Amino acid sequence: MELQFEVERLLYEYVQTLDDGHLERWPVFFTEECTYQVIARDNFDRGLPLALIRCESRDMLHDRVTALQQANVYGPRYLRHLVSNPRVVERHEESVLVQSNFAVLRTMLDEPTKIFLAGRYLDRIVVDSGVLRFSEKRCIYDTLLIPNSVTYPV
Amino acid sequence: MSAMDAAKRSWPAPSAGRVPLWVYSDPDVYALEQERVFAGPTWNYVGLEVEIPNPGDYRRTFIGEKSVVVTRTKDGAVHCFLNKCTHRGVEFCRTDCGNARNFMCPYHQWVFDLKGNLIGVPFRKGVKGQGGMPEDFDFKDHPARPLKVEVVNGVIFASFDHDVPPFKDYLGESMYHYFTRVFDGRGLRLLGHERQDIPCNWKLMQENIKDPYHASLLHVFLVTFGLFRADQKSEVKLDPSGAHAVLVSRKGEQKAGEGLEEMASFKADYALKDPRLLDPVKEFPDANTVIMQTIFPNLIVQQQSNTLATRQIIPKGPNNFELYWTFFGYENDDEAMVTRRLRQANLMGPAGLVSVDDGEVLEFTQNGARPHPGDLAVMEMGGHDHADTDHMVTEAAIRGFYEHYARVMGFKREGA
Repeated sequence: MELQFEVERLLYEYVQTLDDGHLERWPVFFTEECTYQVIARDNFDRGLPLALIRCESRDMLHDRVTALQQANVYGPRYLRHLVSNPRVVERHEESVLVQSNFAVLRTMLDEPTKIFLAGRYLDRIVVDSGVLRFSEKRCIYDTLLIPNSVTYPV
Repeated sequence: MSAMDAAKRSWPAPSAGRVPLWVYSDPDVYALEQERVFAGPTWNYVGLEVEIPNPGDYRRTFIGEKSVVVTRTKDGAVHCFLNKCTHRGVEFCRTDCGNARNFMCPYHQWVFDLKGNLIGVPFRKGVKGQGGMPEDFDFKDHPARPLKVEVVNGVIFASFDHDVPPFKDYLGESMYHYFTRVFDGRGLRLLGHERQDIPCNWKLMQENIKDPYHASLLHVFLVTFGLFRADQKSEVKLDPSGAHAVLVSRKGEQKAGEGLEEMASFKADYALKDPRLLDPVKEFPDANTVIMQTIFPNLIVQQQSNTLATRQIIPKGPNNFELYWTFFGYENDDEAMVTRRLRQANLMGPAGLVSVDDGEVLEFTQNGARPHPGDLAVMEMGGHDHADTDHMVTEAAIRGFYEHYARVMGFKREGA
């Protein structure tokens, strides 16, 4: 019961941090050696290795943030992540595998709010320096045809 | 207005370097493009052979707005036909890929074989002596419309026009050389797909990859890390018709050079915390590190460092298109190379550190241009012609595209 609570708190804090725009804190949710991937559901199901975003370390997450803040050109938007149905699907000595559903709503300046992405998180969660962090996070999206660009993290 | 009326339009400028903004938004022009460009004497990319390796394998894709199925038959041949039941027009194949013995339309269960031949019609002879098709109904008269197919070193092209010239002649010698640089006959390894819905006219995507001028200004990532920059040795080449083009360049250093003061995107103090993202290795015989090829009308071939991809353009109305990315490597890639290609794929696609800029700017372009169909865009960087050049400060390849486009569409030029 306590594990379920801790896992949910991690997931909720993760998405709240993104939605509040604290991008610089995004990498903190991951262990130093980590993988973060945003993967199309059809590629995942067919065993094709391509990911939309593929980060292989916390440093690569930082590089994504820097690119977002300093390099990329994109229209202003608000994103809001909804997370539901978190379940611990595997328990190991050092980690747990957690699956949850996500929906990301996107609000552009001149458009009503629309559903931007839907999918599921497949997260490996470990205790790192006394707190829960993701050692692996896979965002497997159903929305195969992406509305233009994925700018901010999923 | 209608597609017929659109055919009577004229190009309201003496050169292809002035482009009327109605080409990006007029629904009648769009309808005419479906006939003259996509269903005309053009070769359209429909996939890679590695996506349908076995007999019975198929994939569903689009040429213009028309749904087609690409199949492999028992004899190993590749076929392509319209994904439209000849009975009532139903799109009978509804999955992206798979393996099948034949295709059955879900509505009245007409059956088509892997070549698109009609081979079954339920109740053809009626039920209990009642009904059925007329005596003169012949299966042979009702195949799913077959397209002409050419497979070029693992890449599949199809055409609605069975008199289209062979692909090599269609592309021209110089463009064929660049095409076979990446598709050199080696077996390919499929890495995966990415699909992107970009709210702009499809031609803006072709223009984007024919436009080296923007690449060295818009993309901080390319400019800062020397992946593509106006002060590097580079070339723009076209086929004689202007339809197809390549941008060719070489990776340079991350340092200041002539002209850099005008590149606001160059950030001297920008560095990666994990440099593995940009760890290219030389893999082709020449010294070029970027070759972006545009093939009229629906294909971009991307060779940027070690990330290789086809980008297929699927129009979805005048103000919208899908960009369908297929990332690949070679069959004999070792594990390190596969990982390198997957890592560098971070630069490209709908979340690409480079290509996000393009999708977004193309949307801004459509939004800006759409309310002004009577205005002209000015694409005269580097002059008025579409000759090959050995630098990046040119829009020659866009002018070549519109020379060819106006010809294909039958738009006569005013004041020429």
